Amino acid sequence: MSADTLATARPAVELEGITKRFPGVVANHDIRITVRPGTVHAIVGENGAGKSTLMKILYGMQKPDEGTIRVNGEEVSFRTPSDAIEVGIGMVHQHFMLADNLTVLENIVLGAEPKKFARLDTAFARRRITELAESHGLRVDPDKLVEDLGVGDRQRVEILKVLYRGARILILDEPTAVLVPQEVEELFQNLRELKSEGLTVIFISHKLDEVLGIADEITVIRRGTTVASVDPGDVTARQLAELMVGSELPTPETRESTVTDVVTLKIGNLTMGADGHRPGADPAKLREEGRRLLLDDVSFEIHQGEILGIAGVEGNGQSELIEAIMGIRPAHGTIELAGQDISGWSTLRRRESGIGYIPEDRHRQGLLLEASLWENRVLGHQTRKPARRGIWVNRRASRADTQRIVEAYDVRTPGVDTLALALSGGNQQKLIVGREMSGEPKFLIAAHPTRGVDVGAQAAIWDHLRDARAAGLAVLLISADLDELIGLSDTLRVIYRGRIVAALDPTDITPERLGGYMTGAIAGTEES
Amino acid sequence: MPAGLNRALLTVVGAVVAIVLAIAISSVAIIAAGADPVAALTAFFDFGASERSVSNNIAAFLNRSVPLFISGLAVAVGFRMNLFNIGVEGQYRLAAIVAAYVGSTFTAPAPIQIAVIVVVAAAVGGLYALIPAVMKVTRGVNEVIATIMLNYIAINLTSFLVRGPFAGERAEGQLTTTTPKLGESAMFPNINFIFDWFGQPPPTRGGGVWGFLLLAVVLGVVVWAVLERTRFGFGVKASGLNGPAALASGVDPRKMIIAAMVMSGAIAGLIGLPEILGDRGAFNSNFTAGLGFLGIAVALLGRNKPVGIAFAALLFAFLDRAQGALQIAEVPASVVTIIQGVIVLLVVVANEVTNRLALRLEERRAAQQLGSNTPVEVAA
Repeated sequence: MSADTLATARPAVELEGITKRFPGVVANHDIRITVRPGTVHAIVGENGAGKSTLMKILYGMQKPDEGTIRVNGEEVSFRTPSDAIEVGIGMVHQHFMLADNLTVLENIVLGAEPKKFARLDTAFARRRITELAESHGLRVDPDKLVEDLGVGDRQRVEILKVLYRGARILILDEPTAVLVPQEVEELFQNLRELKSEGLTVIFISHKLDEVLGIADEITVIRRGTTVASVDPGDVTARQLAELMVGSELPTPETRESTVTDVVTLKIGNLTMGADGHRPGADPAKLREEGRRLLLDDVSFEIHQGEILGIAGVEGNGQSELIEAIMGIRPAHGTIELAGQDISGWSTLRRRESGIGYIPEDRHRQGLLLEASLWENRVLGHQTRKPARRGIWVNRRASRADTQRIVEAYDVRTPGVDTLALALSGGNQQKLIVGREMSGEPKFLIAAHPTRGVDVGAQAAIWDHLRDARAAGLAVLLISADLDELIGLSDTLRVIYRGRIVAALDPTDITPERLGGYMTGAIAGTEES
Repeated sequence: MPAGLNRALLTVVGAVVAIVLAIAISSVAIIAAGADPVAALTAFFDFGASERSVSNNIAAFLNRSVPLFISGLAVAVGFRMNLFNIGVEGQYRLAAIVAAYVGSTFTAPAPIQIAVIVVVAAAVGGLYALIPAVMKVTRGVNEVIATIMLNYIAINLTSFLVRGPFAGERAEGQLTTTTPKLGESAMFPNINFIFDWFGQPPPTRGGGVWGFLLLAVVLGVVVWAVLERTRFGFGVKASGLNGPAALASGVDPRKMIIAAMVMSGAIAGLIGLPEILGDRGAFNSNFTAGLGFLGIAVALLGRNKPVGIAFAALLFAFLDRAQGALQIAEVPASVVTIIQGVIVLLVVVANEVTNRLALRLEERRAAQQLGSNTPVEVAA
């Protein structure tokens, strides 16, 4: 089908004047989108622009305050997602909603089980799934347990799950966020096949290169409203980004090198077994016995003024590495901070001696959501000035210092007594960055420092990291955002199955090649 | 700080609604029992006809609230960091008998003797709570199960001690066994003088209003200061709100568990003292039981905050006091237990509701003040 014939067809989805008011979040305001059938329609916008809210409205998870939704020309009103499924709209969530201990087949039919005499009709389900998988080129093994699948496979299961329920319009919410470049290409191949079968795909993303590679049409959302509808042939990634942000675009590039030859952090032969830590055990022996190792002989050095980036698919030992350095999980090997062996120290002592920590999941490890901002400022600094006054917490000094962070790091908040949960993700993150930069740290662990924050906050956080680096801070940067890794790091290491498999030069690497190392597709040759 | 005031106001409203609802629901139970709910309600406020009996009833009400308050504090210290010390019951009984016995073995000037008894009680309670704490830290034994089991041991151990090694002389015709009587210097002076201020006759029963009330108030202030103002209290709060974050911030969860549990147990150790030092002068085999379990309800009702616990203890004592008056009004006295149970259930629900409401309001307020739709300028 050519684009001309499509233009005359009734739109698959038509949103008109969608408005949704919300406290605390960017609401949707007068959204207008027309999605033609049999196309991949991308919706782009920075984090917090209102994409997710819009998709929740389209999938019946939330009701719009104003506006109309038309599907295949008919006006609809959804109260629950099942209403949306009824008219053929399916959603593949950013975070997979699969039961790990069930097989692929069981996951796909879960909630829509074909029954024969009150029993699951496995034969029928298997036939249906194989049929769907073959006609759309989505290869899966229906009998495998989901817990044994990789991320890409899980995503295909999610897509099949939606197709199994008869969806003709698929919403994919940031489907590439968890994939490495090779898997992204595979996903796109799948999407093209779905399109050729006449299905409609609504693709939400903020990764512009990918959007330009797959979309037939692009709608840009900024601050909750649709600002432009463009043809991917007519725009460059940069123009698109400027539409998204509405101004000049920040880049994560570091300028001149500030690396010195003073070693701040030295990690030596760090090894961690998967099945508990025994203090006296010999790492070499563990390896010989063929035990699973979460960290396997990891060694590196970080110098003053250096940012060392660790690239890797999530779950390859990054979290374990961080927790070993922080003293949260025991490991074999040596950790030296400024020439001192700290491997026997408590977390508190490590923090006191100048380690800052921006955790990967700020809600889990970084914040007390139901406590005030100033109490969150005290967290991790409870034994140091200004938070400490003998056995007491110095409330006045803590408040004052929180005010300093709020101003210096541009944390948008009504005051320092506000509860942390009332702040948006970007502002929470800025508070954490401000806190961890306080007390003159020597070494900072920054795990996904800009995950889930808007472009403005992202640029600010990058600036703060660069400034601190120039002032002599050593930084261990762990990120899933390859542009961020390549742009900020002075040195790159790739971690794969708990091992450092490559040392790379960030000035001389593409995201694609980096992805190859991360998946183990390119064997570990030391390049740097 | 209007945000905090808002939250406090919501809490109070929630508690009042819960209590009113509880009375309504209990009325149904009273009618079902064939009694008159209005008669029951009036019975709660019936403090007797003569001035003397009013004084006596007020004293009984205040005296009942003191151990309930201390018990609530003990439970709350654990609750604040999601540590469920169900063992307060055993801790206070064991502490009470040991303290009563040790106190009876010597005489010293009153302040010293009382101080020694208090310290012994706190030490015994704290040490007994140390057992489940150590089990949890080293072997991961759930503290709920450990403390429940230790309750049985403590309760049976006390009944053995009061009959055997710690038994004093039994008076002629007495069926209860008791520890040796404390000397006069060990008795905590009463505070009946407050009745003079209001021109009322002093109470004559149960040793008057126990002076331990003042010590309980001091204890409440100290617990409040420790939990709300010290670094230790901050660690407790952080561990309770978000364990992984506390761990990553250098709060050692093992130390916190041991410290909080021992503190909880030490406070629990004091629960029996008001009665021993204020009235009985000994621990006997029909010593008031169940205070530890009531403390759980009191702590829940008071939302683990000393001020809230004080109000909850007063409310429970107020209801408990009416047992006699209810029987005179021909209402089954177990109505009191029903009302207490219903209040606790409803307050737990109300807490959850007001908590969510407060958080929602806070979010909305923050969003409003910031103007949620103001564009975020981008630093280039």
